[in-house]
Amino acid sequence: MPDVAVKPTTGDTTGGSRDGTPPAAFDAIVVGAGPAGAAAALTLARAGKSVALLERGIFPGAKNMYGGVVYGRVLDHLVPNWWQDVPYQRWVSRRATMLMTPTQSLTIDYRSDRWIEAPYNGMTAYRADFDAWLAAKAEEAGATLVCSTTATSLLRGADGRIRGVSTDRPDGDLTARVVIACDGVNSFLAKSAGLYQAFDPSNFTVGVKEVLRLPREVIDERCRLTGDEGLDIEIVGCTAGIPGGGFFYTNRDSVAVGIVVSVVGLAAARVRPEKLLADLKKHPSIAPLVRDGELLEYSAHTIPEGGYDVMPELVGDRLLIAGDAAAMCLAAGIWLEGVNFAIGSGAAAGEAAAEALDQGDASVAALAGYRRRIEANFVLADHRKFRRVPHLIMSERVQRQYPPFVCDIVEKMFTVDNPTPKLGLRRWANDARRTHGVRLRDLLRDGAVGLRSFG
Amino acid sequence: MSAVTDIRAGAAPEAPSIGGETVERQTWVDMPFADRMATVEFRIAERPHIVVDSELCEGCSTQACVTACPADLFVPTADGKILFNFEQCFECGTCYLACNVEGAISWSYPDGGFGVVMRRS
Repeated sequence: MPDVAVKPTTGDTTGGSRDGTPPAAFDAIVVGAGPAGAAAALTLARAGKSVALLERGIFPGAKNMYGGVVYGRVLDHLVPNWWQDVPYQRWVSRRATMLMTPTQSLTIDYRSDRWIEAPYNGMTAYRADFDAWLAAKAEEAGATLVCSTTATSLLRGADGRIRGVSTDRPDGDLTARVVIACDGVNSFLAKSAGLYQAFDPSNFTVGVKEVLRLPREVIDERCRLTGDEGLDIEIVGCTAGIPGGGFFYTNRDSVAVGIVVSVVGLAAARVRPEKLLADLKKHPSIAPLVRDGELLEYSAHTIPEGGYDVMPELVGDRLLIAGDAAAMCLAAGIWLEGVNFAIGSGAAAGEAAAEALDQGDASVAALAGYRRRIEANFVLADHRKFRRVPHLIMSERVQRQYPPFVCDIVEKMFTVDNPTPKLGLRRWANDARRTHGVRLRDLLRDGAVGLRSFG
Repeated sequence: MSAVTDIRAGAAPEAPSIGGETVERQTWVDMPFADRMATVEFRIAERPHIVVDSELCEGCSTQACVTACPADLFVPTADGKILFNFEQCFECGTCYLACNVEGAISWSYPDGGFGVVMRRS
């Protein structure tokens, strides 16, 4: 591995010479230079630890796509004034949630001036730009970024304890006193370490997306945007009854449109994902936004959407798991976040690993600071609070019944039926409930889950 | 046979195994699938990172991989097997997650530096 400058380790000889094995080449190895890995490497390097950041792509972000907003607050502490050089596309000034049926849509569309001035709220960005930017921050802090290198397995010593990773480079074994697995949604390292008790395919969705080139002025006009302002629309009811949703967001001179659906649901429905996407693009509420866009890139990725209840053990002996690898995407309907959870968990993992290294002990007990940190901040607090929401959002009722039920009520509200007098909300709701087979009992129960979670 | 079937690179003429699907596809395909995939950069490795045990696929009635793979890399053949092309893979994992035949799809990441390269701005 000629391009890896092997630095001497700091501190003690954990995993090193006491049992006859040579000392570790690095204090820490972080696998995966996405947002979780870059944040972990950044905090470790700042704590004075030698850290290798491995990336299987030719650059950080080469393997990554999403559905599309980075919420920056988590960066404030890590990269002060990050907005001055982050490779953003647009600042999200309008955040909309749309309930859709094939012929109707109801949108809640919020816009704020506060979101287009520092410190900003959300930004759209190409992940290949953003991830490379954050990984460069880790490099500037002293981390050694090694691209085009796939970690193939955990490396174990004669005593069975982790002492690094094997890679697909010639002579590719790389030793370290602690490993942080940020290897993404497929999470091969966490699985091989036995940290996933069950790995249930029904906890995963697949997102497919098109990036469509459009002139900037056209995007601004269609989406009612000015300057660097951006629009993000999250959509429910656009996936032909397959559990999932859709999205639309604006880049500077392109827009992105996509669908996210349950992997199992998609297979069972025998519908091709690009057909669902084509149907969304043809919907009268979306078609005018994407019309004449030239396809720049089609892409896909899986997403761990099961939430808190399906997370793996986050800490192993000399091993921490962060980001998508730890199923930390928040798919809570009105909140769809992942990059910020990756950064938050990665940074906490880096801090906890540095703390453990200082103690000369990277056992499960010594690494407990990781879980303690993310329980105290949004990473696990949000996931615990919304643990029942992913299931609710993916339910038959939210996916198939509620969008037409709600749209019909609103349609009746705003249809002027003279000379028939206005019947009133209760009557319209009851009629719509009967039409769509919505049971009052379900409505009350789901409402209670919603109130308990969101309230 | 319809043009729609032809545009699926490598698709056997009998590919849409569900009755009527060919017609269905014709009504919605907005661009040839090969053109869609041509927008993506792939650095093709020598080693296939996905291996399909087509013997095991013969008894599979669901063929979930054929439906779900976003890159449409799995093509059913007339004798119930699966043709597979690893080269234009997004490395998302949908195929092995969707597959319900134990051991039919062996999946790992491509060697470092190979595979999909997502677009920068």
